[in-house]
Amino acid sequence: MLLSTLIVFCVMRLLPGDPILMFVTQDQMDSMSSKEEMDALRKEFGLDKSIPMQYLNWVGGLLRGDLGDSIFFNTTVTEEIGSAFPITFYLAIVTFILANLIGIPAGIICAVRRGKWSDTVLTILANAGITAPVFWFGILLIYLFGLYLGWLPIQGYTSPFDNFSMSLQKLIMPVICLLLFPLAGIVRQTRSAMLEIIQQDYIRTARAKGLTEKVVILRHAVKNGIIPVVTLAGMQFRLMLGGQVIIETVFNIPGMGRLAVEALFSQDYALVQGVILIISFIVVLTNLIVDISYGWFDPRIRYD
Amino acid sequence: MVGSILEYVMIKARKNIMAADKDGFDEDSPRVVGLKRFNRVFFGRGVVVFGMMVILVLVLTAIFAPLLAPHDPYAQDLTNVLAKPTLEHPLGTDSLGRDTLSRIIYGSRTSLLVGIVAVLIASATGMFLGLTAGYFGGFTNTVIMRLIDALMTYPMILLALTIAAVLGGGLKNVILALGVALIPVYARLMCGQTLSVKQNDYVTAASSMGATNFRVMLRHVAPNCFPPLIVLMTMMLGGAILAEASLSFLGIGINPPGAAWGAMVSEGYRYLSTMPILSFAPGLAIMLVVFAFNMVGDGLRDALDPRLRGSI
Repeated sequence: MLLSTLIVFCVMRLLPGDPILMFVTQDQMDSMSSKEEMDALRKEFGLDKSIPMQYLNWVGGLLRGDLGDSIFFNTTVTEEIGSAFPITFYLAIVTFILANLIGIPAGIICAVRRGKWSDTVLTILANAGITAPVFWFGILLIYLFGLYLGWLPIQGYTSPFDNFSMSLQKLIMPVICLLLFPLAGIVRQTRSAMLEIIQQDYIRTARAKGLTEKVVILRHAVKNGIIPVVTLAGMQFRLMLGGQVIIETVFNIPGMGRLAVEALFSQDYALVQGVILIISFIVVLTNLIVDISYGWFDPRIRYD
Repeated sequence: MVGSILEYVMIKARKNIMAADKDGFDEDSPRVVGLKRFNRVFFGRGVVVFGMMVILVLVLTAIFAPLLAPHDPYAQDLTNVLAKPTLEHPLGTDSLGRDTLSRIIYGSRTSLLVGIVAVLIASATGMFLGLTAGYFGGFTNTVIMRLIDALMTYPMILLALTIAAVLGGGLKNVILALGVALIPVYARLMCGQTLSVKQNDYVTAASSMGATNFRVMLRHVAPNCFPPLIVLMTMMLGGAILAEASLSFLGIGINPPGAAWGAMVSEGYRYLSTMPILSFAPGLAIMLVVFAFNMVGDGLRDALDPRLRGSI
């Protein structure tokens, strides 16, 4: 049942963006070239048909796994996305894992040592993290490590299968930039969730039983404190994909984000649609995973 | 006799004083007590005061930009391009010889304008949608909230970018794009608030006295949803300014001669190896302002309703 509602949900979520974009395609092409040329082009891309027809065509193609042709790159959208997607996904996964691995323990430390200097320092860093403009932070890193110290290559992307150490070196700065925002968010959320949990009765009971502080925190508190963090993690993933739009532009990484920006500037609507569709599909998928993982973290939810 | 009465009065008075001390008894009205508490919590934290100061400086800078700027931000001086910082140009000049400091000062106008108007658009629309969805519930709720959910599947930046690209550049369209992209956050919060406020007896009382739906929504439900919304608006001002900077960094925003911090960072990026300050200075301005708005938002939240901690 959970699954069926979610599928309906997904469909509902995916629909609205597309016809709008379709509609705009025609508007913007009006200013492009001579009338005959335009008509020919329109015919080629099926833009001469009515909007609902175009939409049906597109959705029909989608079901067959065909995202349409890119007007600008002279390739199919599937090809373009096929080459860009793994890069973005790779970056996103690495960042996401790191953000949780660092963020959750840091948040727990903050909550346990509330008011001590380690809490103060981490909280200020976290607050700075959610406010720093990522593109600016990226440029700072490029200046410091790329130009001033000369430790890291400035731009580009190398597949880890071609040259692993080079790929790692090129990955460090973009990943740090991408990390900034989700990491800060996770630290803040973990901290406030843990602070609330620590005041609960069962924590006092656990302490009264004579359990060591380590067991109390790790076994009793974290298990319940983690749920709001999981909710946030789903949201962070979406924000991170948004952040990639900027980071990929700064570091010149040929991923989905840069593809989206390029496609937007060249008014390549089939491509924009494809990219946005895939990204929102990933977001929906993440939400699904988050919803499922609730049941795993908190068995009470399974029975609702 | 007189002595014992006097003694009695004295003891009584002392008791009163002690009681007053213990209970923190004072004669202020509840409103004043609330205000005092608000002031104590709000101004009690250093970062919040710092944030307020930054915002004050930002607003004053934006208003008095022509008086503060040492040079005309649009005047090009091709004999003096990419100049290192001097007394005349404290932050140097850009690739067209324009004074960086003056452009940052004028850029504050862009940031503040975009931030305020976008947040106003988003909060007004989002509040209306959320209020309607939460109040009527059922089918209305489903339709509106599914629409909001659909908007929420796109990363905010990408959504704003797409809308801005579709509408074309220019300040007005960026404001509109950001306004639309921010709607979901408000709609969701307002919907949740409405659902909980609706349960109160005074809402039932009002509607049983024959108040129209419209009146109940506007006079009884909406005002009681405000505190978290005000907090969110403050925080989102920072968010909107950051998003505007990101968009203008990518090249969508105010048209060329105009000054925007994000675009300045992007311009400076090209001369990073020779003139890093061209990128650093406007970036620092963005960060300071966004930090200030976030901190003030945090402070407002703690002062208005500490229970909100964690939910916003």
